[in-house]
Amino acid sequence: MDLAALKYAKTHEWVAIEGDVATVGITDFAVQLLSDLVYIDLPKPGKALKVGESCGEVESVKAVSDVYAPLAGVVTETNPSLGDNTEPLSSDPFGNGWLIKMKVSDLSGLEQLLDRASYEKHCESEAH
Amino acid sequence: MSYLFATATEEQAMLSRIGVDSIDQLLQQIPKPLQLDKLLDLPPALSEMELEQHLRQLASQSSGATSRMCFQGGGAYDHYIPSVVDEITGRGEYYTAYTPYQAEASQGTLQAFFEYQTMICQLTGMQVSNASLYEGGGSVSEATLMAMRTTGRTGRVVIAGALHPEYTQVLRTYVGHTSTEVIHIPVGSDGTVDLTKLAGAIDENTAAVIVQNPNFLGNIEDLAAIADLTHAKESLMVVSTDPISLGLLARPGELGADIVVAEGQSLGIPLQFGGPYLGILACRNDFIRRMPGRLIGETIDRTGGRCFVLSLQAREQHIRRDKATSNICTNQGLMALRATMFMAQMGPQGFKETAELCLQKAHYAARQIAAIPGYTILFSETPKFKEFVIQAPQSAPTLIEKVAKAGVDIGPALSQFAPIPGMPDTENLLLVAVTEQRTKAQIDHLVNLLK
Repeated sequence: MDLAALKYAKTHEWVAIEGDVATVGITDFAVQLLSDLVYIDLPKPGKALKVGESCGEVESVKAVSDVYAPLAGVVTETNPSLGDNTEPLSSDPFGNGWLIKMKVSDLSGLEQLLDRASYEKHCESEAH
Repeated sequence: MSYLFATATEEQAMLSRIGVDSIDQLLQQIPKPLQLDKLLDLPPALSEMELEQHLRQLASQSSGATSRMCFQGGGAYDHYIPSVVDEITGRGEYYTAYTPYQAEASQGTLQAFFEYQTMICQLTGMQVSNASLYEGGGSVSEATLMAMRTTGRTGRVVIAGALHPEYTQVLRTYVGHTSTEVIHIPVGSDGTVDLTKLAGAIDENTAAVIVQNPNFLGNIEDLAAIADLTHAKESLMVVSTDPISLGLLARPGELGADIVVAEGQSLGIPLQFGGPYLGILACRNDFIRRMPGRLIGETIDRTGGRCFVLSLQAREQHIRRDKATSNICTNQGLMALRATMFMAQMGPQGFKETAELCLQKAHYAARQIAAIPGYTILFSETPKFKEFVIQAPQSAPTLIEKVAKAGVDIGPALSQFAPIPGMPDTENLLLVAVTEQRTKAQIDHLVNLLK
């Protein structure tokens, strides 16, 4: 995965866009922060999402964190290999660890997201 | 500083530390009309000796189930408690650490909760149990909220027939200010839920169908039929049960229950002015992450030894705050421990025998009462466990009082609760429960008193 080609939300989701279909996951930075993942809860296909709406949960031993929708649209698919098995997310967050695919209703939302350089800067500021 | 009293000097020291001159100034922010402008109406202080005598005198006026004959029902029952329950739960190691705040440091307590969970699962036929909630009514509500989280439906919940009216009230309080519609299906002429009306009420927005079995009137519901109606609309069936009845009745898990809840008072907890009691909640494995409260898990420590941990606590209130699974952030540890000791002591055979004794004695009592002129056993054709409704020839509260004067407790009167849909609204109805503790002589004594 070419990380520079992805878009990022400040809440640590990444987006790969292809036509009007977005693949969404959470970044390696978020995965490392959470550590010891135990469970991932994803929305059902067909669910309509607004930008910034909580659409799932990633649970680690000590915390549960929301996954927020980076774009508005309808969930079309969720990663079937996730759930109690969190391994793909830990080992390959930008690839096999993708969370959902969605049909985006408003592509202009992409402009609100960060590019890789801005996202890295954002992470640096959060790390301190 | 002593914690017993505050001298004028200490009071002044505290006030000046806060930076105010007087108590009045400290309390200024409370509006005047809300402030008490007179001294408390208290009797003069007593010496320790006088106080002790006074309290002993007061204590001698109350009497409990142990000194009377208890035929009372309505959700709390006079079951036998093996002495080992008091002996073990009274040990300092358990008694003082009943809700461990440094959980993993209290391995003994965690292991007891783990055993509790195991036995609750065996008893209910479910796959997971939490480490307890506060009491039965709260468990019904928590199970209902859990069903909403699991199904993603919040539009409607359906109460099937004779759920304990107080549990109904608790549930209505929980969801009263939400958009959830609570539909209460009446009981039919046999004292169990009207299945035709129930079928019509369960729709695609229904999160849960809540049924009590044996129900509040003592009757046994057709759980399998209710489960079919519930599951046809992909709703979840919440069954509130009497744990002792499971010594004889099929386990709710085998009849299609998705979540089983119960008041655990019957399991080794004495009757004590309404509490503390024990909320049981168990469910299918798939719902484990929607479950409120705490759950004890088993794992191995770094040396490979068996040990116990608080699992899934990341969802609890102290971490998850407003997004916690529920507002339950602790459990009923000491009561769960009593239940554990009780269940371990009774074993499957003890449960079965206890349940059989309840059943037989209750049916004997019902037959004897039915033979008294003027008395009727309601729903006499419907299968029952240990409790039944009688229609007395006079007002139930009056009758209860009359019998109580002779040292025998029956009731409660149905008129003291909110009406159950489908039930005739009469002053003359009351509940009678017969546990394994009642002897034939005691039952005959009650029958004589009722004549």
